[in-house]
Amino acid sequence: MSDRPAETRILDFSEVDSGITAEEAVAEATRCLQCKKPACSSGCPVGIDIKGFIRCIEGEDFRSAIAIIKESNMLPAICGRVCPQEVQCEGECILGVKDKPIAIGALERFLADWERENGIVVPAVAAKRSEKIAIVGSGPAGLTAAAELARNGFSVTLFEALHDAGGVLIYGIPEFRLPKEIVRSEIEEVKRLGVEIKTNHLVGRSLPVDELLSYDAIILATGAGLPAFMGISGEHQIGVYSANEFLTRVNLMHAEAFPQYDTPVKIGGNVVVIGGGNVAMDAARVARRMGAEVTLVYRRRREDMPARRIEVHHAEEEGIRFLTCTNPTKILGEGTVTGVCVVSMNMCELDDSGRPAATPIPGSERIIPADVVIEAIGQSPNPLLIQMIDGLIREKKGNLKVDESGRTTIPKIFAAGDVATGAATVILAMGAAKVAAESVTRMLSEE
Amino acid sequence: MYRVTSARSLAENVFETWIEAPHVSKNAEAGQFLVLRIGEDGERIPLTISGVRGDLVRVIFMAVGTTTKKLAGLKTGDTILDVVGPLGKPSETHHFGSCVLVGGGVGIACLPIIAKALKASGNTVIGIIGARNKDLLILEDEMREVCDELIVTTDDGSYGIKGFAAGPLKEICETRPPNAVWVIGPAIMMKVTSGATKPFGIKTFVSLNPIMVDGTGMCGSCRVVVNGETRFACVDGPEFDAHLVDFDLLMSRQRFYHPEEKESVEHHHHAGGCGCGGRH
Repeated sequence: MSDRPAETRILDFSEVDSGITAEEAVAEATRCLQCKKPACSSGCPVGIDIKGFIRCIEGEDFRSAIAIIKESNMLPAICGRVCPQEVQCEGECILGVKDKPIAIGALERFLADWERENGIVVPAVAAKRSEKIAIVGSGPAGLTAAAELARNGFSVTLFEALHDAGGVLIYGIPEFRLPKEIVRSEIEEVKRLGVEIKTNHLVGRSLPVDELLSYDAIILATGAGLPAFMGISGEHQIGVYSANEFLTRVNLMHAEAFPQYDTPVKIGGNVVVIGGGNVAMDAARVARRMGAEVTLVYRRRREDMPARRIEVHHAEEEGIRFLTCTNPTKILGEGTVTGVCVVSMNMCELDDSGRPAATPIPGSERIIPADVVIEAIGQSPNPLLIQMIDGLIREKKGNLKVDESGRTTIPKIFAAGDVATGAATVILAMGAAKVAAESVTRMLSEE
Repeated sequence: MYRVTSARSLAENVFETWIEAPHVSKNAEAGQFLVLRIGEDGERIPLTISGVRGDLVRVIFMAVGTTTKKLAGLKTGDTILDVVGPLGKPSETHHFGSCVLVGGGVGIACLPIIAKALKASGNTVIGIIGARNKDLLILEDEMREVCDELIVTTDDGSYGIKGFAAGPLKEICETRPPNAVWVIGPAIMMKVTSGATKPFGIKTFVSLNPIMVDGTGMCGSCRVVVNGETRFACVDGPEFDAHLVDFDLLMSRQRFYHPEEKESVEHHHHAGGCGCGGRH
């Protein structure tokens, strides 16, 4: 992997990691031990034959290598970039015990990029079947389920409320981590399998529930789009954003290029980001690229941050200031933000999430200046459609109740991704989508 | 792509545009809105659906910002890149008995579709429509057609009753109190006018118009405070109980991008996007 230097990459939105060359890919592949019982594949939520594609790279047969990946994963250019390989395939690699594990993510990305440059081969599709399937939401779970079911011969319609397909891949993850051209290219491939994508359709409104229920099977893949707010005083002032809004304005609407693009976003000199997950890192790094001094405030320790290590590392390299063990208590200003009042936190014994419970230290309150505050403290499933369908049951955190096959409490409605699990990763959503798609195929084949 | 099927000016700087968008028109109900984006570089803006006819939906708007100015420049046959809707909860248009619908300025555009739905539920509907002066008054004929009674006010007295709409509304509350009232217009007008029904304890709805991005509950840009609770106007509204809305916060948040809105209009003006041909 080759990261562009931090001081130049914060000047633009181009990709941080420029990928590896064919020579580097082959050299890396030759390090693979080709284990008899490969642990890497068992660490992959979509079960890619990793050993198999690495062997093809070693033999410089890139065409066969990418075909092996696409047997299991139709979005390899995306996964190669945003999967947390360190806790999945690469985390399981036996070489990692004494040395560096095989850079499986980099190899996957290399193959996907190679194919995009050398001509994409669309996988074969099974004989056409008569059943119609509706998938709601075109993020990673929706796209994966759509691709799987289209390959199985079903007629698949994918509904998207926004004007662009891709869900969080488009509105959430910034260009420098996942170029939108790559997302669009992989979505084109899904379309070439025969999937019809209807953008600008908010299911439940543009398509009433009774029409949705007329499909033979339905997969809800509506994600976790509802932003949480801290509920502290001052957070409705001018200058306070949810990370969702801030990122959507930039990633989807191109506010970074205002006024060439019509959507504005506030930046100012000092931006305070609240949170320690990947979304917080994304928001901080976008703000940095727009010229702000960025402080990231997180209530626990650095090692407790749910963000990927690499994202924390990249953020730090890019000059994001970390204030850990610190919690905001109120946002200051008289209509427009001027600062954030924060308090230091004491780390006590582990709580039920296995992380230390954080409690405020009396007398440690202080003010940090801010022109913009971005709250990135989590998202939950958007309840809009779920509430309209009688018989769906939600768990405590708002996510849909599903069984191990992805089935909800209504027999022909399945769910996959963040709507079923709560906010998680792209690849876990894709894994769940494959399970749901298999369940749908089985259900419709048994009837 | 969604085709503009007709476009005309209703008053100075106020425009009426019909757009072909069957997925919106088929399911649209009174009180709902749509979000549109004119072109690739455009922003998403919410507009109330003010009429439906077959595959067509109508929007009525004042050309004040970049997008509304661009929209005002579209003619029959031009296209809009994206239209999503219907969004938001429909108005509560069940049987109340007698209802008063109050519209101020371009807010009058929201009323006919609500009036029709209320009439269909067997209500008596009194309309009160107000504008700064006679030339700025819109939809008088249409309102007269759908209401049992229509009162017109102008601030300067150039037509109808001189003064604000709150005057006749208060009088109706005193002499023949209605069962439900809608007040729709600029935030300050909704705040002041809905104050008239409060002493009478009459159920009053307002349609809030905060800044939105997606319009589907995803960003929180449109958050408003109602009865002390944070609500999203796009999915929890846009209509709320007028007597519980924090209007001052709404007005403050509507000013979020005032400097940027000015900058954007300037930018497009110099780029020739205003269509003035250099006359201004």
